[in-house]
Amino acid sequence: MTEFDWTQLLDYALMAMLLAVGIAIVRLRNLFAAVMLMGVYSLISAAWFVSLDAVDVAFTEAAVGAGISTVLMLAAMLLTAREAEPVKAIRHWAALIVVSVAGAALFYAVGDMPVYGDPNSPANSYVGMDYITSTPNEIAIPNVVTAVLASYRGFDTFGETVVIFAAGLGVMLLLGLNPGKKKGDEE
Amino acid sequence: MIEILAERFNFIIVIILMMTGLYAVVATGNLVKRLVGLSLFQTSVFFLYITIGKVFGGQPPILPEYSEGHGGGDTYGGDVVAASDYATDAAASSVSHADAGHYAAEAIYSNPLPHVLILTAIVVGVATLSVGLALVVRIRETYGTIEDEAINQADYAIDSARRNT
Amino acid sequence: MSPHLVLRVVSKLLIPLIVIFGLYVHFHGDYSPGGGFQAGVIVAAAVILYALIFGVDSAKQAVPTWFVKFLAAFGVLLYGGTGVATLVLGANFLDYDVLHPDLAHHSGQHIGIILVELGVLSTVFAVMMAIFYAFAGRAPDIPEGEW
Repeated sequence: MTEFDWTQLLDYALMAMLLAVGIAIVRLRNLFAAVMLMGVYSLISAAWFVSLDAVDVAFTEAAVGAGISTVLMLAAMLLTAREAEPVKAIRHWAALIVVSVAGAALFYAVGDMPVYGDPNSPANSYVGMDYITSTPNEIAIPNVVTAVLASYRGFDTFGETVVIFAAGLGVMLLLGLNPGKKKGDEE
Repeated sequence: MIEILAERFNFIIVIILMMTGLYAVVATGNLVKRLVGLSLFQTSVFFLYITIGKVFGGQPPILPEYSEGHGGGDTYGGDVVAASDYATDAAASSVSHADAGHYAAEAIYSNPLPHVLILTAIVVGVATLSVGLALVVRIRETYGTIEDEAINQADYAIDSARRNT
Repeated sequence: MSPHLVLRVVSKLLIPLIVIFGLYVHFHGDYSPGGGFQAGVIVAAAVILYALIFGVDSAKQAVPTWFVKFLAAFGVLLYGGTGVATLVLGANFLDYDVLHPDLAHHSGQHIGIILVELGVLSTVFAVMMAIFYAFAGRAPDIPEGEW
């Protein structure tokens, strides 16, 4: 990196905002504010995903994180509680110790990770790049991510569709779709 | 040492976000806030995967075969090829496939595989978050509170009452 | 004048556009960022917007509960059915090339991808709607001043 890349400034600004919002979410006791800040966090992370060249992922994160997830958590917050109780001091320090130890271990491992943006790292060398070169010949659609998702890795997407269906079943079993009728005589 | 960390700056941010989410899960007693912390942790793991897949000087992994304007000026030739391809000429389409393979070999793209993994992970994550929130709602209806210490004490009280009778 | 007049008018204009945009994202998933997951969430967001402004009961008349349950299972079956269809036609499970004889353009791949993404769209849309109905059905009605 001999000359300064001005787009890195955008990355730094987004990272700083993410850190600030993340720490604010943890420290807030008002759940309404925390849920709203989660929506903000999702939007900023969608912007950072675009900066990292992951446009499909940014699209999904903006739609799911800032849209559905915020509505969901707001509904759950309405049904449960508006404020969280303050954290006791001993629990706060114990959690800080656990988090510091885990964080230190992860920091120690950062040295082994590939350099950011390296085109010859093991992750970028084998199957991933083969998908790009073989998609025009075998599937002939321009969006490589959809080609991999629906055709090369169709099994995995099938499994994930079933997982989403199972989660929907779980919520239907736990809460029920027409609870208004049964509220009077719940068992 | 500083150089090593400076080249891997993104991973350090990911670790800090991960630990923030983990702290929220361990320290807070409120169940909804714990799920929020878990969602924070999940998003930081997504960043880890996408950061590994990024290639310097690369583009989003969308080939310029039929779309307009992706990449540099040479893709305007790809636009003309696409227009002739819509006349469903088999010869022209094979030319456009070879051209697209040629374009794919020329330009640099970011790794599409982590994008695929994270795409489904995001939607599955919100589905499982909803199951967790449904459980919290039911807990609230049963115990009247969502602080874990109060729930534990209610359970002890029920247990000791059952043991004493 | 009912309260939220601006919201009602603007949402009546926007909700059909959001649904069309969702379908556009689905069908153009081959050519631009998009696909079944994003499209399902966008269409669900349109219906949730309608439910937030006009009430959950009106939304349940537009998208009834039985339809949501049916659509969730239908999406998974459509995906699995495409795989079984390729099995019946002689190839491996989810090998889309046999779905259409034109192998130069790989039309079979196009058909297969659109079908499975349609299955994913149906399931994601229905599950998001089911989750919203489950939560919103229990939420108490909050009067205006108490937010």
